[in-house]
Amino acid sequence: MTVEAQSDSSAHPQRSICIENLSKEYVKGKPVLNNISFTVQGQSSVAIIGPSGTGKSTLIRCVNKLIPPSSGNVYISGENITHLTGRNLRMARRKIGMVFQEFNLVERLSVMENVLCGRLGYVPSWRAWLRKYPQKDIDNAFSLLDSIGLLEFARQRADSLSGGQRQRVGIARAIMQEPHVLLADEPTSSLDPKTSVEIMELLVSLSREHNIPLLINIHDVELAKRFTARVIGLSMGGIIYDGPPSELTNDHLKKIYGGENWLQ
Amino acid sequence: MTADTAKNFGPAFKTNWWARAGWLAAFLYAAYAANYLDVSWIRFLRGLGNGAEFLAEMVPPNFSRWQLLSANLMETVEIAIIASAFGILFSLPVGLLAARNLMPLWITWPFRTFIALCRSFHPVIFAILFVKAVGFGPLAGILTLIFASIGFIGKLFTEAIEEISLKPLEALRASGAPFMSVIIYAVLPQVLNRFIGFSSYQLDANLRNSTMVGIVGAGGIGGTLFAAFQRFDYDFLAAILISIIALVMLSEFISTRIKKVFQ
Repeated sequence: MTVEAQSDSSAHPQRSICIENLSKEYVKGKPVLNNISFTVQGQSSVAIIGPSGTGKSTLIRCVNKLIPPSSGNVYISGENITHLTGRNLRMARRKIGMVFQEFNLVERLSVMENVLCGRLGYVPSWRAWLRKYPQKDIDNAFSLLDSIGLLEFARQRADSLSGGQRQRVGIARAIMQEPHVLLADEPTSSLDPKTSVEIMELLVSLSREHNIPLLINIHDVELAKRFTARVIGLSMGGIIYDGPPSELTNDHLKKIYGGENWLQ
Repeated sequence: MTADTAKNFGPAFKTNWWARAGWLAAFLYAAYAANYLDVSWIRFLRGLGNGAEFLAEMVPPNFSRWQLLSANLMETVEIAIIASAFGILFSLPVGLLAARNLMPLWITWPFRTFIALCRSFHPVIFAILFVKAVGFGPLAGILTLIFASIGFIGKLFTEAIEEISLKPLEALRASGAPFMSVIIYAVLPQVLNRFIGFSSYQLDANLRNSTMVGIVGAGGIGGTLFAAFQRFDYDFLAAILISIIALVMLSEFISTRIKKVFQ
């Protein structure tokens, strides 16, 4: 397992997210994120845990500049994307797959069209409009849908699917980008516990299979511990804990979430 | 539980004195205006007698000049269809560029102003302006209805776009999709249905309006209608009115069908 991982990561030595002294303040003097630094590389999956409103979503959106950071730098596979704009930013974003809490699919389009949305960064608009995707993209989309068990739904509208199925489509869309890194913003929060586990399994296994570092925002500590190799605890805009889930103690959790009655 | 132990919580609903005052003011003004304009019951009864005579002269409708009638109707339909086609075509980009959730202020502002201008005049006023500008005939009518269409569809389309969910847009932006692809994939699917609805409604409205622009000389059956009025040719007038009703009902039937196809 480890040997395989090493050989894979040496084939893609460049795949990483590196966050350096990142700060974000929406209102001057009230930072939501305060001087955050960490690196995620290779085949690892990292969970960011923390209470709501602590800046988890802001942090993950600063990685692909959906929200521009106030200061600090973000490197994707070594490229500093913090100051990119326009076309250059689009080119950089193609390397960053993202999975959303509420799936963010186009409800009225088919599953296939939604999956192929992951290729929009690579395909000219007029081709996308006429649905003239390269055959390779279509083949990839079909086999991806097959592997996540949604092949029979390919031509159905996305709004006819259940929550778990929709999130699978959302994940497939992100994988279609052939991303260097994968971000997931509360991917299980809109799902029931069983489906949540399935979605986490899928994310982690796809991250392994395609050798994509995975950064997940998640408020469910148990899921985070179960599926990821590293947990970053965020509170009040700062990193409280950064290490393996096995060393995450109740004391840490008290610091991250505050209070203690909920731990019993 | 009983009355004497119950606490007094005060009234459950707030009295809106402003709304009450507003209603009272509206009622008083209506009474004053009716008095001022000499709208009275006696005047109404006198009008009714007149109307009965007028109606009596309209029967039976006279379809003997059916060739003139059908040629005029054809022109009316042509004006409506050409104006709708161009009006719908132009209002798509105009509506998109006026949507405040997609475009920066310096783009939306001029386009919102343009739409407001298109809406500010009744089609008859536009028709008068265009008859003066490009001369009598169907061209003036077509231009009139194009502007009317942009004003109507453009505004509703802009509002529809401003109500869409921005979540898919966020996802496509995050994937590095170019702006046009985001519009085509994340915006249009959310509003296409309503756009078709607005467009078929506007086609309907254009048919009705194109019967009217002729009154000021902008082509279509309106001119003949007005001439029949002035010559006290009431039986022919009845024939024209009946054919307009038939035309509008037919178009309503067709637009219902069109909407079903795109559901």
